[in-house]
Amino acid sequence: MNTTSQPDNADLFTPLQGADDDARRRLHRRLVDAAEAEGVLDVAYRTVDTAVGPLLLAATDRGLVRVAYARQDHDAVLQTLSTKVSPRILRGGSRLDHAAREIEEYFAGRRQTFDLPLDLRLATGFRLGVLQHLPTIGYGRTESYSQVATAAGSPRAVRAVGTACATNPLPVVVPCHRVVRSDGSLGEYAGGAEAKRTLLTLEGAAA
Amino acid sequence: MRTLDAGTSRTGRRERLQDVKKPFEQIVDEHGPAVLRVCRAVLGPADAEDAWAETFLSALKAYPDLDPAANVEAWLVTIAHRRAIDVKRAETRRAVPVARVPDARPSRDLADDEDVQDLWRALKALPAKQRQTVAYHHIAGFSHREVAEIVGGSEAAARRSAADGIASLRRTLTTAHEEREPRP
Repeated sequence: MNTTSQPDNADLFTPLQGADDDARRRLHRRLVDAAEAEGVLDVAYRTVDTAVGPLLLAATDRGLVRVAYARQDHDAVLQTLSTKVSPRILRGGSRLDHAAREIEEYFAGRRQTFDLPLDLRLATGFRLGVLQHLPTIGYGRTESYSQVATAAGSPRAVRAVGTACATNPLPVVVPCHRVVRSDGSLGEYAGGAEAKRTLLTLEGAAA
Repeated sequence: MRTLDAGTSRTGRRERLQDVKKPFEQIVDEHGPAVLRVCRAVLGPADAEDAWAETFLSALKAYPDLDPAANVEAWLVTIAHRRAIDVKRAETRRAVPVARVPDARPSRDLADDEDVQDLWRALKALPAKQRQTVAYHHIAGFSHREVAEIVGGSEAAARRSAADGIASLRRTLTTAHEEREPRP
């Protein structure tokens, strides 16, 4: 935007600035609806407030593609989605209603498994194999990193399991928080150790 | 929202600067209000929201292919400009006016505002080219050269058109205000 020749005539046009907040909300909703209807909303996102802070949820037309903690920096996460998936990203729309509801039910203790279409395109290779194994660890149960490595077919890839969990694009929903150290200590977590403890306590798996 | 540069330095191993594109939500957030003001000035408060919605939907579709070095606001206003021309052409073609459903037209509150009505009447009285150059230069803040790129013609012509438009607007609005509040 060129501001050097910003003229003194701006006062003439102040009436046009009226009702901007209402108009913005209305027009934004209209844009999201039209984009969804025409199939050009590649990534929709919203946040939900939970016991572990606001979670960012993002979905493609295939399913939930990203869940992120606030400490992972939602703006940075959206920028990564823009680069790796598509820049056609908008907040809102109905696409995430189902996921948000299930997550709220989970944190209210009323849901033990997620029944959501997932888009795992952000994970590949061994990491994808690990993520596909994680949902088999039941609610309230835990497995050690080495147990997961064995289950994923590479018993010695314990560190790689740690990396797969740390880079899990769908924490909470794909339960990497159920993977703990062999000595029983919780180990690290993308959402922070405190969030991991909160989730496992919620599930009755940790004191 | 993180700036382009910060985003690049964080993930910049493989992505080149020119491949990094902001989420479109950020484009709406940063440029939506200015584009709406331009639409209001060029098309009037009643048609502005339709034009805005069409502009941003087209922009969303084309966004992945936009040259990352492009001036995003100029790109958006150019789309809005073409849309506005299409709307005008469609209106001229329509011999019998299509019955418009008197829906709860959202910007009615704004359109009912007296100052907005005065301003829109004054803008509407301008030749289209003057209205556009006034909106793109004085509201969107583009240079006369940028305005010329959007509307066509030379930079000097764009400058003259905007100046004539503003002078004419000032005259009309002063008269309108005096008529409403007669000086003793």
